[in-house]
Amino acid sequence: MKLRTFHAAWVIARRDFVAVIFSKTFLFFLLGPLFPGVVMALAGGIGAQVADAVDNPVIGVAMSAEDSARFERASAALSQPLPGRIPLFRRVAGDDPAAALSDPDKPLVAVLRGSLAEPELIGPPDQLERWRGPVALIAAEARGGLRAPPVPIATRAVRTSSGSQVQARVLTAQAGQFVLFLLTMLLAGMVLSNLVEEKGNKIIEVLAAAIPLDALFLGKLFAMLAVSLVGIAVWAGAVGAVVAVGAGALPSLPAPAVGWAAFLALALVYFAMAYLLLGSLFLSIGSLATTVREVQTLSMPVTMLQVLVFFFASATVAQTGRPLELAAAAFPLSSPFAMVARAAQGPELWPHLVALAWQALWVGLIIRVGAGVFRRSVMKSGPARGKKERRSLFGRFRRRTLVDTRVGLAG
Amino acid sequence: MMKHELGPTAAGGNPVTGPNAAGLAIEARGLVKRFDGFTAVDGVDLEVPAGAIFGVLGPNGAGKTTTLRMLLGIIDPDEGLRRTLGHERPHEIAHRIGYLPEERGLYPAMKAFEAIAFLGALRGLPLGEARSRARALLDEHGLGYAAERQIRQLSKGLNQGKLEETIRRLAAAGTTVLFSTHVIAHAERLCERIAIIARGKVPFTGPVSEARDRLPQQVRLELARADGRWRAALPPDAGREGAFWHFSLPPGGVEPLLRALIEREAGILSLSIERPGLHDAFVAIAGEAAAKALAEEKER
Repeated sequence: MKLRTFHAAWVIARRDFVAVIFSKTFLFFLLGPLFPGVVMALAGGIGAQVADAVDNPVIGVAMSAEDSARFERASAALSQPLPGRIPLFRRVAGDDPAAALSDPDKPLVAVLRGSLAEPELIGPPDQLERWRGPVALIAAEARGGLRAPPVPIATRAVRTSSGSQVQARVLTAQAGQFVLFLLTMLLAGMVLSNLVEEKGNKIIEVLAAAIPLDALFLGKLFAMLAVSLVGIAVWAGAVGAVVAVGAGALPSLPAPAVGWAAFLALALVYFAMAYLLLGSLFLSIGSLATTVREVQTLSMPVTMLQVLVFFFASATVAQTGRPLELAAAAFPLSSPFAMVARAAQGPELWPHLVALAWQALWVGLIIRVGAGVFRRSVMKSGPARGKKERRSLFGRFRRRTLVDTRVGLAG
Repeated sequence: MMKHELGPTAAGGNPVTGPNAAGLAIEARGLVKRFDGFTAVDGVDLEVPAGAIFGVLGPNGAGKTTTLRMLLGIIDPDEGLRRTLGHERPHEIAHRIGYLPEERGLYPAMKAFEAIAFLGALRGLPLGEARSRARALLDEHGLGYAAERQIRQLSKGLNQGKLEETIRRLAAAGTTVLFSTHVIAHAERLCERIAIIARGKVPFTGPVSEARDRLPQQVRLELARADGRWRAALPPDAGREGAFWHFSLPPGGVEPLLRALIEREAGILSLSIERPGLHDAFVAIAGEAAAKALAEEKER
């Protein structure tokens, strides 16, 4: 693209940004996410419950082969009448519970050692609290059912375990994905309403006469991204203030694997990528539509697609490195969501560099295609015609004559 | 695709940034534009002399906007050729062309001077310089008082008067003004040359006087007598309205008619010969339907 295009895009972006930020309605816009915030909190709670219910936490058993087998049988017997409440047991080799607890490949929430007569549960305090009762129940079952005398479970706390960390980071990953999804859906639609309004009052026509349409597309897209980032900064500031004032009263998310600073930075970049991808699609749609009704009709499939993409990415949480997660990371629209979840769960940074390069490639491609659609469609609003021709919104796609405005008489 | 040729450019064939050798600021040959099978513009030819105020006159849906968009380079024609200020890709010289659609196309909440500065900035001016030049321009045109007003606060009536004044000033300074309108009075008042456009075609292009000359002059005759031998001397298209008779000026002029009326004692009280207006010419050239559509739009 030429320098003229970038200069014009900058002028458009600057105007749109200033006009939105200094408008009265921007205040209402900033207040808007309070409602999704409540929804998010509720959904987060439901998600955590679901995660609790469907996870299969594993407790390592460092006992004799016979005692281990009895624990496993008892666990299997009780898991039927008490689904979701009984942990799985897996025999672990060696006599180093700390090493078993920190093995990231075989995540354990706690380790049971000693013997069936004198079991000792070792793990992080929250896991001990959670599993002490069920383990006592299973131990009693392993010793002959509820008629046997209760078994006292000795406990020893360690700082953390790989299993509890994995479980906890799944929550962070889910929260990260959900916030990213909400922000993208909330903010990407702004470009659409902005464009339709300008098409309606012929501003687009004046702009199109003065600058390349690619510049108009880029300017509008990046202006709204900048507005979104301002909104996010304000909301983050508000959340930070609430945390600072009443930190103890708020539930805290477990630290992501890459650390909070890197996680937040990555989340911001992934938001920008998701926004640019979705915003390009919305702008292209806006250029095809001439009325609000057409916008609604055309944007619905994209919105539904984005919801599906979010569900797809959500399903891959806690499946780091598996084919499904890799597919979600590779598919451009789900990639930012899959990768933000990965940032919560895995400490490596290089996959993010690869993913960002991949996403940037797709952003460039979709912006280019989107700008092309925009260029061909935005000035197509011709005169009022007959009813038959006006209703043929979808007929337009079949019969459209594509003209590249960059090609002059020589083309 | 039809074979069309544009005239030579001033530089001998290559696109240049000024009028061509024939002194034309805008040339179009056989422009065609279709949208989804609908032909919005169907073989339009135009020649706009440099420095002229040129009107494109036609009802909504006639193809005015699409033609203008092609001449500006916003869209490309499906067929035909165009050259604006000597350039076959007009959008590349967009910074030299100002464009204002009838609906204004300006941000309603923007202050007047900011709106002008914004358009300057889009054409490459640094914003600071664009702002100071915008204020100077408003002062120069006697609109300095409106600089801080929002576009939505400016009345359309104020714009209209100032617009016509500005158009005349610009043309006097050598700027070519292409003026698209569906109001015949505007075209008649402002333009030296016009193109009448209807259903995507241009049935007439040329000086306003030539359009009016397409129709014979109209005779308005007042007679003292209601009937008599003189009736046979009137042309066949003569119609009566009270004491007045209206008919087209006969090809032989008015003198033979006058002689016949005097000889047959018609009692001539008054006689006037009127030149047809642009409205009559428009009806004759574009048809009744186009003229009706034009009138309806004016009322709206």
